[in-house]
Amino acid sequence: MYGNVKTAELVSLRIDGTEISVPSNTSVIEAAEAVGVLVPRYCYHPGIPSRPAQCRVCLVEIEGQPKLQPSCNISVQEGMVVHTASEEARSARRSVIELLLVNHPLDCPICDAAGQCMLQDYAFETRQLASRLNEEKLVMGRDRIAEDILYFADRCILCTRCVRFMREVAEDDALIVAQRGYRAYIDTFPGAVLDNPFRGNIVDVCPVGALVHEDFLFKARFWDLDQTASVCPSCSTGCNVTIDTVENQIVRLKPRHNSEVNSYWMCDHGRKHLIMSNRGLRPEAPLLRRDGKLVPTGWGEALTWVAERLREVSRGMAIVSPHAANESLFYFRTLLDRIGIAGGTFRVEQGEEAILPGFPKLQLRADRAPNASGAELHGFERFDGGAHSDPGGDAVAVLEDPLGELPDEWGREASFFLYVGNRLSPAARNAHAILPVTTFAEMEGTFTNFEGRVQRFHQALQPAGLARPAWLVLARLVSLLEDGGDGGVAAPTLASEAFQVMVRATPAMADLEWASVGLKGARLGSTEAAVPHAQAPAEGA
Amino acid sequence: MAYPYRDDRETTTVLSRHMGEPEARTLSGWLERGGYEALGTALEMEPDEITEIVKESGLRGRGGAGFPTGMKWGFMPKENGRAHYLCCNADESEPGAFKDREIMRWTPHLMIEGCLIAARAIRAGHVYIYVRGEFFPVVRVLNQAVVEAYEAGYIGRSVLGSGWSCDITVHLGAGAYIAGEETGLMSSLMGGRAEPWMKPPFPAARGIFGAPTTVNNVETLASVPGIVANGSAWYRQWGSDESPGTKLWCCSGHLVKPGNYELELGVPLSEIIYDVCGGAPDGKRVRAVIPGGSSTPFLTADELDCETTYEGMQAAGSSLGTASPIVMDESTCLLSAMRRIAQFYAHESCGQCVQCREGTEWIAKILRRIEDGDGEMKDIDTLYDLCEQLTGRTICVLADSVVFPLRSSLDKFRDEYESHIQQDACTAT
Repeated sequence: MYGNVKTAELVSLRIDGTEISVPSNTSVIEAAEAVGVLVPRYCYHPGIPSRPAQCRVCLVEIEGQPKLQPSCNISVQEGMVVHTASEEARSARRSVIELLLVNHPLDCPICDAAGQCMLQDYAFETRQLASRLNEEKLVMGRDRIAEDILYFADRCILCTRCVRFMREVAEDDALIVAQRGYRAYIDTFPGAVLDNPFRGNIVDVCPVGALVHEDFLFKARFWDLDQTASVCPSCSTGCNVTIDTVENQIVRLKPRHNSEVNSYWMCDHGRKHLIMSNRGLRPEAPLLRRDGKLVPTGWGEALTWVAERLREVSRGMAIVSPHAANESLFYFRTLLDRIGIAGGTFRVEQGEEAILPGFPKLQLRADRAPNASGAELHGFERFDGGAHSDPGGDAVAVLEDPLGELPDEWGREASFFLYVGNRLSPAARNAHAILPVTTFAEMEGTFTNFEGRVQRFHQALQPAGLARPAWLVLARLVSLLEDGGDGGVAAPTLASEAFQVMVRATPAMADLEWASVGLKGARLGSTEAAVPHAQAPAEGA
Repeated sequence: MAYPYRDDRETTTVLSRHMGEPEARTLSGWLERGGYEALGTALEMEPDEITEIVKESGLRGRGGAGFPTGMKWGFMPKENGRAHYLCCNADESEPGAFKDREIMRWTPHLMIEGCLIAARAIRAGHVYIYVRGEFFPVVRVLNQAVVEAYEAGYIGRSVLGSGWSCDITVHLGAGAYIAGEETGLMSSLMGGRAEPWMKPPFPAARGIFGAPTTVNNVETLASVPGIVANGSAWYRQWGSDESPGTKLWCCSGHLVKPGNYELELGVPLSEIIYDVCGGAPDGKRVRAVIPGGSSTPFLTADELDCETTYEGMQAAGSSLGTASPIVMDESTCLLSAMRRIAQFYAHESCGQCVQCREGTEWIAKILRRIEDGDGEMKDIDTLYDLCEQLTGRTICVLADSVVFPLRSSLDKFRDEYESHIQQDACTAT
């Protein structure tokens, strides 16, 4: 928010009666935010560099200035006295809302943005609820601006955030303002196609309902959405996201600000992939093989039976998924150690890369999984050589890998085949025991991203049937193997407990605390980095 | 074409003396008329000396705002070694104004000479002449003149062997009123939409391509060679202390002799309208005058005895603007005239600021509705309130430009509005 904090000197100013000191390169609108005053804004967006000051809704009174000033575009100055809610400022703001509504269709009842619309918000805030308009409104209609994005020109307030995001952050000139004045609208440049892999962000920056994702169109009212802080599982970047759900269905992903990972943005692959991957047959109860058939059973019986069988296992192979949480991988490793299976492999689906030039840290990375780093940390090896080999007559234990592209008879000869997962592919059906576990969206836990950043995700969905988090299931199995389940070895029941057990047992994670990972994540081995000025340069060096 | 006044062509026609002489367009014809002598003088002067003379002459910007030209040049950084630019604003688009077109059409070398002297004064190595998109014949003449001047060494590397180099590029706009606003002009020149930007940064600090830039009007630059050749005292023999010199007056509307006239500043407006232009034709009475182009406040027939200087017009409650009086006789419906003006500004708004984009269009719609007989008395209050909201709240002054005539017409011709609203009848005869 404050730009280059280290080099800018501090200046003191007064905003609505509150004294504050901020770096000199702070704009008035940002300084106001720091004292808890949210000046209305449309064209200003903290993630878009330009400040055209064209929406005129952030006008404030600055003592000594003859005219109202746009607070987004004016830098703070020593001794400045700002009134964001003086009579003149409020009058100007209210007028902007009335003028914006002159040609606005007021179709809130069918608008996807209703409830999270900055035009609605400021109309109520300024009490601009009745118009003097006595003329016919201009009707401009709507347009498909990208394969998956619709543009409702009548709702558009021409803040140009979308155009400026594309130009300045995505560095793509496909989007333009066409025509001028009251006839202006957003369009693609003649002959250009808006197919940028980050185009979805224009929907997020739109302060009204002008830009809408077609796959969300008319799907849900904003106030019916449940929103959960999470991490995008579609590549190893681990963009911070909010999962929006309605009646236990994911309807969309929205980026959640994290200046260390994804800023305000995310890629379109991430937005869509999770929703698409929500398909497929799920095991909803533990399944045990009896007389050659998979029979559903309860958890108690299933865990006891599996523990008994595992005692007989002496050699075998393990397969895990880079989609599994750190805690699940940890307890899987613990279980494997207990039964004497070493190593274990995982495969990472690969895809095309894409980079967001205006925030180059944000990339759609080739590794299309959120936790390959976590799998490596827990001693599993990346395996790039095509399909997993058949275990033959050995035992095999699988964690969350869907075993999707394997032949139907894969694992049929195994001495014991344990499948802990959430997909019922033909190969998985050859297991002796299928223990149904949750997807990441149905549980709490952590992922470790490409650069070793451990990030927490929260539970957005109810689990399917009897599915439980893999770490919970595996911890129970470990405890059964160790003491027969008499309660001598307590298995964790909360994700936070599983996390604490994991960090105590994993030297590389020793610095981490559940609470400090918080909503923004923490880097592995970041203790040095967290202490500023740890090392002064040596004299004479 | 422009005409002198009182037949004292030799003394007062500084800008228009050679208009109507086709040979003056050619370099040879222009040299015969003393052309480029002032450039020679300027090349022997230090840049700051040129600026000083122009400052002393009191020349004020002829594009409408009337900002002192020498002072504007003085804002340019003094150090060399960094690109500086001069933009000649030839995007004459103010309804009522047609003076720059005539200067460029008849005496292109006068403006080119002015550009070169000004470029030297502000240490610019490149001049862009931004010509209004519709001025095709003008651009042909101008291009021809620039080519000739290049070939003869007046423009380009080491001008007249002085060691000082300056290029001139003629750029044809795409036709937008707002490209005449200086930051809009620069946005357009750089290849973008003609959208004005917030000042600061001012052009002298950060103009085109991020470099210090001065934007001057055609008529301003055309006035410079005379000042440099003859001195500031010579220029001050005309006009008032605050508004020295002569000015082209573009007189249009209901007049017996409309046209361009070069006049000393300060001649009473009534004299310009009645004596110079012969008043309204067919014996009709003048009802209203917009004195400085369509963006200036209306004057009634009783208010025309004002002195046509920057300060005099301001004292009369209007503005000199581009000195382009539009005269309306008693047969003019002033509501209709105002509606047409509002429509123009709604059409030309760049669309950035909400007040301007939505406000100008709403005003035009309200006026249209009143004109159609569906007005209500509260519309007058709404219009007054919109005047309030459109003033001083936007990036540039386009929104203010519709407020000036609108507010003054509401103040001065309220009877016209009331008559339309209450009786659906016009007060025009």
